[in-house]
Amino acid sequence: MLTETMSTAATIETKPQPPPAEKIKVKVDGKEVAVPKTTPDPVTGKPLPTSMIQACAAANVIVPHYCYHPKLPVAGSCRMCLVEFGTPAIGPDRKPIVNPDGTTKISRALRPVIACATPVSPGMEIYTNTPAVRLMREGVLEFLLINHPLDCPICDQAGECKLQEYSVDYGNSESRFVEAKVHKPKRVELGPRIVLDDERCILCSRCIRFTRDVAGDDALGFVNRGSHSTLTAYPGRAFDNNYTLNTVDICPVGALTSKDFRFRMRVWFLKETRSLCTSCATGCNIVIGSREDAIYRYEPRENDAVNSCWMCDHGRLNYKWIGREDRLVEVRKREAEGRGQASGSRSAAPTWSAVLGEISQKLKAAEPGSIAIVASARQTNEELHLLAKLAKRLGALTDSVPRIAAGDKLLLNADRNPNSTGARLTGIAADPMGSNLPAIAGGIRSGRIKTLIVFGEDATKCGIDADLLDKLELLIASDILPNATTRRAHYLLPGCAHAEKRGTFTNTKGRVQKFLKAVEPRGDARPEWEYLHELLVNVTSRDGIASIEGVFNEMAKEVPAFSGLTWATLGDTGISAKI
Amino acid sequence: MPQEHRQILKYVDQPGYTPDIECYLRHSGYEALKKAITLPPKTQADGKTTTGPEQIRQEVMISGLRGRGGAGFPCGLKWSFVDRKSGKPIHLICNADESEPGTFKDKQIIYKDPHQMLEGMIIACYANDAHLAYIYIRGEFVEGAKILARALREARAKNFLGRNILGSGYDLEIHIHRGAGAYICGEETGLIESLEGRRAYPRIKPPYFPAVLGLYLCPTIVNNVETLCAVKHITAMGGAEYAKLGTPNNTGTRIVSISGHVKRPGYYEIEVGKVTIGELIHDPCFGGGLRDGRKLKAIIPGGSSAKIFKAGEKFKLKGNSLLGREAEKEVELLDLPYDFDSIIEAGSMSGSGALIVMDDSTDMVEALSNIAEFYAHESCGQCTPCREGSLWMAKALHRLTHGGGRSTDADYLLRIADNIPGGRTICAFGEACAWPVQSFVGKFKDEFIAKGAADEERRMKPAASPQC
Repeated sequence: MLTETMSTAATIETKPQPPPAEKIKVKVDGKEVAVPKTTPDPVTGKPLPTSMIQACAAANVIVPHYCYHPKLPVAGSCRMCLVEFGTPAIGPDRKPIVNPDGTTKISRALRPVIACATPVSPGMEIYTNTPAVRLMREGVLEFLLINHPLDCPICDQAGECKLQEYSVDYGNSESRFVEAKVHKPKRVELGPRIVLDDERCILCSRCIRFTRDVAGDDALGFVNRGSHSTLTAYPGRAFDNNYTLNTVDICPVGALTSKDFRFRMRVWFLKETRSLCTSCATGCNIVIGSREDAIYRYEPRENDAVNSCWMCDHGRLNYKWIGREDRLVEVRKREAEGRGQASGSRSAAPTWSAVLGEISQKLKAAEPGSIAIVASARQTNEELHLLAKLAKRLGALTDSVPRIAAGDKLLLNADRNPNSTGARLTGIAADPMGSNLPAIAGGIRSGRIKTLIVFGEDATKCGIDADLLDKLELLIASDILPNATTRRAHYLLPGCAHAEKRGTFTNTKGRVQKFLKAVEPRGDARPEWEYLHELLVNVTSRDGIASIEGVFNEMAKEVPAFSGLTWATLGDTGISAKI
Repeated sequence: MPQEHRQILKYVDQPGYTPDIECYLRHSGYEALKKAITLPPKTQADGKTTTGPEQIRQEVMISGLRGRGGAGFPCGLKWSFVDRKSGKPIHLICNADESEPGTFKDKQIIYKDPHQMLEGMIIACYANDAHLAYIYIRGEFVEGAKILARALREARAKNFLGRNILGSGYDLEIHIHRGAGAYICGEETGLIESLEGRRAYPRIKPPYFPAVLGLYLCPTIVNNVETLCAVKHITAMGGAEYAKLGTPNNTGTRIVSISGHVKRPGYYEIEVGKVTIGELIHDPCFGGGLRDGRKLKAIIPGGSSAKIFKAGEKFKLKGNSLLGREAEKEVELLDLPYDFDSIIEAGSMSGSGALIVMDDSTDMVEALSNIAEFYAHESCGQCTPCREGSLWMAKALHRLTHGGGRSTDADYLLRIADNIPGGRTICAFGEACAWPVQSFVGKFKDEFIAKGAADEERRMKPAASPQC
C-alpha cells in the first residue's frame, strides 16, 4: 500500500491532494464566499489560518497592498491592506444574535485590521471599500509618497509600479508636504546584477524576506531607524546569489532594478509572450518581454507546479545568444568534393525546398544501418518525436547529448537540458543519455555509418571528432549558432531559438509545458519541427498536418507517456505526464 | 491629608539601606519567596486541588493588580492567557527598559532595591512554571545592569536562584540583557525581537501574542519591574489584603514620577486613586506646588505619550459603579484621582505613572516640538504611518519653532496625526507619537495658529533696505 502511494506520488508532479479542508463562510463586501479554514504557508507548507486577504482574493476582491506577497511570509508593515470587519454578535446565551429580518447580527470591530495577517472566522464580514478604509489607504499612500523622489520619468519601474497604480486610485493630485524630503543613498550596487535606489524604497521588506526565506541567503536588511531606515546588503558582502533578480520582480516600486534591463526599454513598449526558460530541466515558466523582434528580458511566470513565482539569475540572463550577430540565417550546401577544404565550393543560394528535396532523396537512398542521428535535448517534444519517427523509418542509430553542471536546491537543475525527459520519452535518447554516442563514433570510424544528422549540438564536443566528421559521406546539421559541426556540414539548416517558435518541453518531473512565439526567426531560419515534418513526409510519402497543434496531437497519440494530452488542454501551465 | 504609602519603596532612601542581599535579608527579604515556594496544595470547596503556583496566580488575580508599565492591563488576566498546554517552555521577561520620557520609577527599584525586584520575579516565574527568565534592561542603565548582575550572583549563592531553589526542586535561571538605547525595545514584542538578536520591530498580533508565540516562539510573560515588585507584596500579604489598598479596580500602590515645574520633583508612591492630580502637584508631601508666581498651564498625566490636560479642564466622570449607576459628576482636572480608570475616562492615560507639570512659562509649540522630535527619532520604521508621520510632524514643528510657521500649520499637524493611530500601526507607538500632537494642538490651538501667523507676518514685511 505504502509503495503504491509512493509510486503514485513519484509519477505525478503535484503532491497528493490533502483531504478536503474544512471551509469557512465569510462575506467580502456583501458577497458570500467559502474559504478553507487553513492555507499552506508559502515557504514551509505548514497549514496557517486563512487570512482575510486570501478570502478577499477568493471573492475576486483585490485589497491594495505593498508588503504582502502570496509567496512570502507575512510582514504586515505597509498598512495598505487595512480593512474594516465585523463578526457575528454573540448574545448572553453565547449564541449569535439574530436580527428581526432573520439575518445574523454583526458587530462591527472598532479598529481596522490588516487583511494580510488577520485570520478569517465563521460568519465574518470584511469591508474593503468603506469611506473609512479609503481614507486609511489615502493616508498610507500619502505617507509613502512624501519622501519618495517622484522621479517616474526616469524610473525603470514606471508603468509597472504599485505606487503609481495606487496613486491613481487613492492619491491626491497635489502634495501638501512642504518639508524637505529625507535623502538616502542612490545608485547603490547591491550586487553584480542589482542596483538599489534607497530613496525610492518603501521599506516593504519583500526583498529581505525573499532572499532570507526563499533563496536561503540572509543577505539583505534594514539599517538606521524611522524614516531614515535604509535597505542594504550585509556590510562588505555583495548581494550575489543565483536568485537576486527575483527581488527586482517583487519590488513594488523602482528601488531595486536589474543592471541588465535598466534604461534599456520602457516597459509599456514590451510585448509579453508566455514561454519557458531553456537553461535547465526545471522548465521555469517565463514571460518574454520583447519589442520589434528584440528580446529585452525574461521574467518568471507563476506556476505552482514548477517554479512558484521565481526563476534563477542564470536562466533569466541567458537570452542574449538569441540576438547574436553570428546567428545561422541561411540554408547552406557544400559539395562533397569540397569537404575538408576551407574554401569548399558552395552552390549559390540554395533554397529550403531544393535542399530538403535533395536530403530526402539521399536519405531514402541510404542503406539501412548507415545513418546515425545526434539529437539535442534542447529540442522540443514535437521535434524529437519527428526525429524519432524519421530514425525509425531509416533504421538509424540515435542519441542525444547530456549536459550536466552543478544544480542547487531551489530551481537550478543539474541537468542543463530543458527537455531530457522529452528526449527519453520520444525514444530518441539512449538510456542512459549519451551512451550511444561512442557507438556512433565507432560506426563512423569503421565506415559503417556514412550519414550523420546532427541537431542543435556540436558533434565534435561529444566524442565525434572533426576527422570522423570529415569521413562522412553526408553530414546534415541543423543549428542556431555556428560551431565546428555546422562548419563541416554538407547541408546546413538554420533553426529557431525557442523564442522564435512554438512547441513543448517535458521538464525533469514530467510536466509537459508549451511555449509561444515571441519574435520572428532571423533570416531564413525556420522552426525545426516544420522542416522535420516536411522531411518525414518526403521520406515516408505520407501526408500529415503541418501545424504545431497537429504535430503535438499526433505525438500524444503515439507516445504512451503523452497519451490523452492535446495542445489545447495544456493551457498556460502545462500538464504532468505519466513518466 | 494625602500621604505617600510606601510599600515598594518602603526601605529605599532610608539611611543605611544598601542594595546588597545581606541588607535585604535583614529587612525580611526573600520571606515571600520562601512562603510561595512552600505553599502546600490546597483542596478547594469544589474538591479540586490547586497547586502552590496556581494559588499564587489566583492571589494575583484576586489582587486586581494592573500592569505598571503603561497599558495598565490586569496582571492576573495576562498570566491566565499563557498557553500552558503547548508543551513548550514558558519564559518570563522583566521589562526594565524604562524609557518613557518623564518616567524614573523603575530606576529607583533597580538601583536601590534590586533584590525586591528579583524576589518578585522569582515568585512570578515559580507561579508560571518558567525556568528561564530574562531581565531586559535599558542600555543607559549601565550601573543598574551591574547592580542587578551582582544581585543575581548573591541570590544564586544563597540558592534563591539556580538549581533546586531552597530545596523545592524548582530550577530557575535569570539572565540580564542590556538594550542598546532604543525606546521601542520597551514594547513587549519589540523587546522580544531584540532579545532574540534582531531589530526591535514589534510583531504583528495576531499571530504573535506573547502569551502564545513569544520569545523563541514560546509562551512568554513580559512584566514591568514595578509590577513584579507588587507580585512579591501580593504573595506576602495575600491578594485580598492587597486589593484593599487603592480603590476598586485600581488596587495597590504605584510609584508616580513627578517632573516639570514643581518645587519638589521626584518619585512618590501612592495608593492608586487615593490622591488627586492637584494634590500630587500642590501638596507639600508631593510636588510642593508650582514655582513662586507661576500658574499651572498643563499637565501630561502618564509620560510624554499620554494626551495632555489643560489647566482648568473639567471632565464628566461616571463615578464609581460599585453602588450601581451613579449620576455623572463633573470633576475639575486638579480633583481627578490619580488612578487608571478616571484618567482614561478623562481622555488620557496614567501610562507609566509619569506626571509632567507645565506652568505658564511653557511655550506649548516648543514643548510639542521637543516631544515630536523624540518620537521621530525613536520610531522603529517598520510600518508606514508611524515611520513617515512621526518625522513629518517633527519637521513641521521644527519649522514652526524656527520661524517658518504658517497659520495653517495647526490643521496641517492634526491632519497628519489623525492618519497614524487607531489600529493603523503594528504597535502602540503610533498612538504614542500621534496623541501628543492631537492633544497639544487640539487644546492649545490658538498658540499654534498665533505662532504660525506671526511667522507669516514677519515674512510679509518688506526686507530692510540694504545699507549703502
